[in-house]
Amino acid sequence: MASVSTNEFRSGLKLMIDGDPCSIIENEFVKPGKGQAFNRVKIRNLKTGRVLDKTFKSGESLEAADVIDIDMQYLYSDGEFWHFMVPDTFEQHAADANAVADSHLWLKAQDACQVTLYNGNPISVTPPNFVELEISDTDPGLKGDTAQGGTKPATLETGAVVKVPLFLEIGEKVRVDTRSGEYMSRVKK
Amino acid sequence: MSWRPTATIENLQQRARIYRAIRAFFADRDVLEVETPLLSRTTNPDPQVTSMAAHNQGQTLYLQTSPEFAMKRLLAAGSGSIYQICRAFREGEKGRRHHPEFTLLEWYRIGFDYQALMDEMEQLIDELSGRNNVYRRLSYRELLIEYAGIDFLNIELAELRTSCSELVSGTNVRELDFDQCLDLLISLVIAPQLEGYLFVYDYPISQAALARASSDNPLLAERFELFYNDLELANGFSELTDAGLQRSRFEKDNRLRASKGLPEYPLDDAFLAALESGMPDCAGVAFGIDRLLMVLLGLDTIDQALSFTS
Repeated sequence: MASVSTNEFRSGLKLMIDGDPCSIIENEFVKPGKGQAFNRVKIRNLKTGRVLDKTFKSGESLEAADVIDIDMQYLYSDGEFWHFMVPDTFEQHAADANAVADSHLWLKAQDACQVTLYNGNPISVTPPNFVELEISDTDPGLKGDTAQGGTKPATLETGAVVKVPLFLEIGEKVRVDTRSGEYMSRVKK
Repeated sequence: MSWRPTATIENLQQRARIYRAIRAFFADRDVLEVETPLLSRTTNPDPQVTSMAAHNQGQTLYLQTSPEFAMKRLLAAGSGSIYQICRAFREGEKGRRHHPEFTLLEWYRIGFDYQALMDEMEQLIDELSGRNNVYRRLSYRELLIEYAGIDFLNIELAELRTSCSELVSGTNVRELDFDQCLDLLISLVIAPQLEGYLFVYDYPISQAALARASSDNPLLAERFELFYNDLELANGFSELTDAGLQRSRFEKDNRLRASKGLPEYPLDDAFLAALESGMPDCAGVAFGIDRLLMVLLGLDTIDQALSFTS
């Protein structure tokens, strides 16, 4: 695998750090005028999701991580693995629960999402920022109570539970921000 | 890509105002404004600084990393006290507070030592900021004791490395030498704790650069730096005038470059010859004007002080 010098550091760059693939979140160049330069970076371990600080001597080289993000279509889950397909090539990948983590709460069959491959194997799955899903269960709506702005929990077809306005009912579709898990709007049929 | 300036027009007006005030300040004191070439046949062998090269008719020339050598040749030639505002270039130095092409105000005062030059810097900054600021002075040794609990004159490398790994997370300190450990502590542990204007003086002799050794303690150099909060603004010396010592420091720098696999540079013979012929005792300082603008205008990034970035 190619190596990467600290002066190529930028956010989003994928590196091998302590044996794990990591992604740079922030990179700060620190240097006294007459002294040693350092790169102070905040990185996310792509396997564990953990964020940590690292300091490198500027000019050092690190091994690049063989990590790529690919847009795929979610097919189905067999209980143990979640199966995805690259639309252009029909190539299929199976991701385990570790890789899928909480993302399964937003995955509906046929929907597009991003799968991160490390050495060819899925290590994480990122749903689209916004998804539209049907409410499969919620308490009955309170007619005419639209102004008060109260909320109630609603279970969506994928299993996610989000807070929705009181007037929404089973069978209606809602738009949700998957990054925060927050309800955005009702989707008109 | 945006064609627009990275600085506001108001910031550029402030830069122009600062330039006028600097020129008035030195005119009042009979310090001569000079210009020296940006390009020269050789460059500073300092292993911590990388020069950029340019080419002319098959000849490699270097963009200055500071105007120091040429200005010292003027001093040796009898210029008297001098200053200049110029651009300096350092490869790879890019970040929130670094830009590879940046602005230096560099000046030399005949008959001054570094403490007298710090006094004059205070007067200049008061003038430019339009108020009387508070300035602290701490020796490098006091700074490290006060903010990191480390006495660099009484510590072994192994113990220093242990302290570094305790104070800075996620660093491979086994690879750092003594001075690199000190740099790490200054940049990542101490600087973030600093507030206001602070002069740090009497650097370790191993970090003397072009400063003369302290007359009181041969382990220290008469070098200082000015910080504002965690931002390094200036670096100054009681200047080394001994040509032989200067030559051996350059040779040592080149050996260090070779050991790191960096290109060695031919020594600047004209500069060494000027020292040989006799440079008057003086103190000099390089003041980062883009960063001073960051302080005076409250800017977050150096880009906001520059019309355009490359």
